[in-house]
Amino acid sequence: MAGFKSTERYIASRDLEVAVNASVTLQRPLLVKGEPGTGKTVLAHEVAGALDYPLIEWHIKSTTKAQQGLYEYDAVSRLRDGQLGDERVHDIGNYIVRGKLWEAFEADHPVVVLIDEVDKADIEFPNDLLLELDRMQFFVYETRKTISAKHRPVVIITSNNEKELPDAFLRRCFFHYIRFPDRETMERIVQAHYPDIKKDLAREAMNVFFQIREVPGLKKKPATSELLDWLKLLMVEDLPVEALRTNEKQLVIPPLYGALLKNEQDVHLFERLAFLARRG
Amino acid sequence: MFAHLIQGLRTAGLPTSITEWLTLMAGMRAGIAEYSVEDFYYLSRATLVKDERHLDKFDRVFAQCFKGLEPPEGVAVQDLPEEWLLKLAEKLLTPEQMKEIQALGGFEAIMKRLKELLAEQKERHQGGSKWIGTAGTSPFGAYGYNPEGVRIGQDKSRNRSAVKVWDKRDFKDLDDTVELGTRGMKLALRRLRRFARQGAATELDLPDTIKSTANNAGMLDLKMVPERHNTVKVLLFLDIGGSMDDYVKLTEELFSAARTEFKHLEYYYFHNCPYERVWKNNRRRHEEVIPTWQVLRTYGPDYKLIFVGDGSMSPYEVTMPGGSVEHWNEEAGTVWMERLTGHYRRSAWLNPTPKPGWGHVRSITMLNDLMEGRMFPLTVNGIDEMTKELSR
Repeated sequence: MAGFKSTERYIASRDLEVAVNASVTLQRPLLVKGEPGTGKTVLAHEVAGALDYPLIEWHIKSTTKAQQGLYEYDAVSRLRDGQLGDERVHDIGNYIVRGKLWEAFEADHPVVVLIDEVDKADIEFPNDLLLELDRMQFFVYETRKTISAKHRPVVIITSNNEKELPDAFLRRCFFHYIRFPDRETMERIVQAHYPDIKKDLAREAMNVFFQIREVPGLKKKPATSELLDWLKLLMVEDLPVEALRTNEKQLVIPPLYGALLKNEQDVHLFERLAFLARRG
Repeated sequence: MFAHLIQGLRTAGLPTSITEWLTLMAGMRAGIAEYSVEDFYYLSRATLVKDERHLDKFDRVFAQCFKGLEPPEGVAVQDLPEEWLLKLAEKLLTPEQMKEIQALGGFEAIMKRLKELLAEQKERHQGGSKWIGTAGTSPFGAYGYNPEGVRIGQDKSRNRSAVKVWDKRDFKDLDDTVELGTRGMKLALRRLRRFARQGAATELDLPDTIKSTANNAGMLDLKMVPERHNTVKVLLFLDIGGSMDDYVKLTEELFSAARTEFKHLEYYYFHNCPYERVWKNNRRRHEEVIPTWQVLRTYGPDYKLIFVGDGSMSPYEVTMPGGSVEHWNEEAGTVWMERLTGHYRRSAWLNPTPKPGWGHVRSITMLNDLMEGRMFPLTVNGIDEMTKELSR
């Protein structure tokens, strides 16, 4: 069995490995949820890399319709061609524009399909894809043809929990919730991304990072991706470690905090807390 | 096989279906979990649980179902590490007792006895856990230690580590048993959407295109219109504090459901009955008050006004000037209610208390009269009725 394991750049917990392997083996979609910035989207890239399959990405927006993933019938250009007397107009198939799922189904080699941020779409979006994801086939009304997958693709779906997904949809998926990594795992992740980072810098930065996450009332807690960005900035700026040093009780506004706190209110809250801490 | 797991899950209220169960079986047959209990736990979790809120429940049921899944008896007890026993003794015994032990025949003898007792404990624990609590007869029994601690030596086996994984119950925080599913709420709230056209032209306007093409002597002339956008405007008044505390969670859920559903959503808090002031931040309710007049001036009559409150209070709080429990109100609640419902063309009141009880509370009846009967229970059905009323 082609297995998915932690790679040099991506640290996967054992439960994630099992979930991915189950979804690959049984050819069912894998639904991944978790805090923003914990590596949901990156997972698809890593799975594709590990299995050596090409990756087809379908990013969902609030206006995305399920049909767009299958195909679209470009009636307008057919109408234009009809008026201009183009020969192409006689074959309706010329005006069927293939979507991401069609691409994946028709591929000669199995692929990984990433349906990113499925919760952004309309509430009925997942329901419209039930059969397509279950049977991996769909019917093109215009040409009266059924398109079915040559190789069932590995489907990875991510969600940020903005909308609840319907039960019927969930039933067809494997589910994994990426938890926020503990300190030990986080150290491994940092090590994987920046192998030549200075030990003491990483340690101090981690202290500050986990301290910030503890601050109550933050709207958006910094996650893994924020930490990695911040560390990169710190390394580029080549700040002395002393700038980060904190003692247990006291909150200090970290340098380059813009990478960690993305919300104006959070920065404000943090400044206030730091001010109080200094005064007390 | 393992049928008691799915039964346990369903009894615990997890929406696990036969299809998912069969998927798990297929996964087992495909050898994904192989011979590792830990992997089986991960596999069944990925298959049977589809919502992080249920993960904790799953962990509990799993632990219950596979409680017996521990290493064979006797094995662990025989190779008790000496230093572990020492540690146990240190943990259990006070210095005074250690002295007593010396008197009893030295540490060695006691260690031997402890070993025997632990072996006995192991057996009895599995038989019926009589051991803990039989105080007085032995130096150890008086200090009923954690029976889990007796599972010595199991840390070498793989099963034990697996048991630990689900016994940790990492997902406890994510469990929230809610009566009203957010999805159900949202479906009802969708009725409120009134579609209006705004923004960039992205959709083909067919009637206009036909007309324009005809005018153009048959040469195609495409006309586009903006896509539909949700432009319904909602003003929420939430009752907070006092008798509403029980419903705050429910109210917040409605609120969070509503937040993603509307482009224009404004909310204000009040206590029991709206008077001349409301506030936005409940923690600073006394410092940052906003005059209700200002709200009336800021948000036009096209906003849909929704009150959320149990409406349970003393009738004086509604009818009398100065009736408020928190401050002196110059004008009675009825005046403000009439002002608000008069200003906004569409308004409704959502009440989290069960509808059959409304008749028994005087103030609810009064408020319902003030709302001209547009008070609805805070259930999916009630919201459905309310949205129908509001979007008429």
